[in-house]
Amino acid sequence: MKMDLLTSLYVLMLAGFIGFEVIRKVSPLLHTPLMSLTNALDAIAVVGAIILAGEHKSTLSTVLGTIAIVAATSNVVGGFLITDRMLRMFKASGPRKP
Amino acid sequence: MSLMPSEQLIEITYLIATALFILSLKWLSSPSTARHGVLAGEIGMALAIVGTLLHHGLEYKWVAIALVLGTIIGVPLGKVAMTAVPQRTALSHAFGALCVTLVGTAEFYLRAPNVSKFMMSVLSLEVILGSLTFTGSLMAAGKLQELLPQRPITYKGQNIVNLGLLAVAIGVASQLVLHPEKMYLFPLIIGIPLFFGVMMIIPIGGADMPTVISLLNSYAGLSAAAMGFVLDSKLLIIAGALDGASGFILSVNMSKAMNRSFSNVLFGAFGQEQTTATATQETKPVKSATPEEAAAILGAASKVVIVPGYGMAVAQAQHKVRELYDTLTKRGVDVKFGIHPVAGRMPGHMNVLLAEADIPYDKLLDMDEINGDLPQTDVALVIGANDVTNPAARTDAGSPIFGMPILDVDKARTVMVIKRSMAAGFAGIDNPLYYLDRTLMLFGDAKSFVGSIVRELGGGGTHG
Repeated sequence: MKMDLLTSLYVLMLAGFIGFEVIRKVSPLLHTPLMSLTNALDAIAVVGAIILAGEHKSTLSTVLGTIAIVAATSNVVGGFLITDRMLRMFKASGPRKP
Repeated sequence: MSLMPSEQLIEITYLIATALFILSLKWLSSPSTARHGVLAGEIGMALAIVGTLLHHGLEYKWVAIALVLGTIIGVPLGKVAMTAVPQRTALSHAFGALCVTLVGTAEFYLRAPNVSKFMMSVLSLEVILGSLTFTGSLMAAGKLQELLPQRPITYKGQNIVNLGLLAVAIGVASQLVLHPEKMYLFPLIIGIPLFFGVMMIIPIGGADMPTVISLLNSYAGLSAAAMGFVLDSKLLIIAGALDGASGFILSVNMSKAMNRSFSNVLFGAFGQEQTTATATQETKPVKSATPEEAAAILGAASKVVIVPGYGMAVAQAQHKVRELYDTLTKRGVDVKFGIHPVAGRMPGHMNVLLAEADIPYDKLLDMDEINGDLPQTDVALVIGANDVTNPAARTDAGSPIFGMPILDVDKARTVMVIKRSMAAGFAGIDNPLYYLDRTLMLFGDAKSFVGSIVRELGGGGTHG
């Protein structure tokens, strides 16, 4: 348990550094899509909710887990949809149609 | 032990998902690869969800119903208008935080009273951050959607009340860490932060929304990372850390762009501080111009920089601005856009609105890129922006916005400002830019004024 915890802290630290380095390079042009994308990725919390609702350990946990899945899934679906919609609009100037 | 292959398979899907999430953000660094990033994220997410469903002994009924219901809610949320993206984003922070809080609550009642000190600490962190982000984000979404008053609401002792609430919640949480058997305390570390979330957003005005949304984004990420510790899920820790880092970087960017600290945004209630700066009430002369005159000057220019602010989006003028861009470009005028980091209601919002109007992204330059160009610019056309062009931020140490980085439009040869009237901007600060010799005020509605300029230049009409 102690080793697991320490490993998790290492993982958190490394992910934090990767996050800073990767996200610093995102152009301010794309900061809105960045936020909607990280939001969709963050909804990976849905995996915890799925296990909670699916394991059916108590009525409370199943109810809360089910609502949590609904909330997170709407973020996954909505987040990816709108990010892609936004990014499709970004076009470079070049030969323009009339 | 017969479960082993399946459990290993699940862990491997998580590992691949993690790699894809990091690539997803990496590819977002450039508009040309950004859409691959979305695809990578989608594949990673699908893998992780399918992997989780393989988990041994799950009952699928409620899971399936919830996944379908979530999709039904998510699709319309993915199709909102681009002007509504800030409130959609705030709402999705609320949903993310709701998920985290509910899972944390369920985990507590499944485990209590046998909860180790460390587990109780991360659980508390998870639900405190989760609940305050939930109500805070709902409030932010309500303000952005104008369901709630946008003006900051302040009262005496507000900061003491807010900090007090937070302190009480942390105090209760530490009691629970030491005595997890006091299960009756648990609802308090949800209830108090829920209330705190509301009180935290009440004093925050519209122009501070970019910072606040970023900050809530960061909290949502951190609460998910805490949930990763509770469930011992590396995937969740990493996704939460990435989201938290992203929100943090954006918050710092936004604060810098307004020359303010986090605490100043959260505890300052900017819009309320009507300082002595408004004492100079005498009407100074300004020069104004008609659409014909403005068109003549723009038509004769060789370099034009357009500076859009949130007012342009409010007036729905971006498509007319695109017509102006097309008309001028056809005449051989070099047209660029100068975008202040806090233009719009969330980071990067203005770029999305202009990209939607079909303006090529390589013409959208951020403040640092465009400021070097402005002294060689013939015309700077300001549409619906005010404080971010205010030279007092550079020169007047007494101004409330002194020190805020601005777009140096006053260095262009001619400045044109489209504005409804001479009323002061959001922060109630007078803008000396308007009284300069080189400044022409174009009074009117942004959309119809730009439309008139386009007609004078003999363009437009084709894109109605």
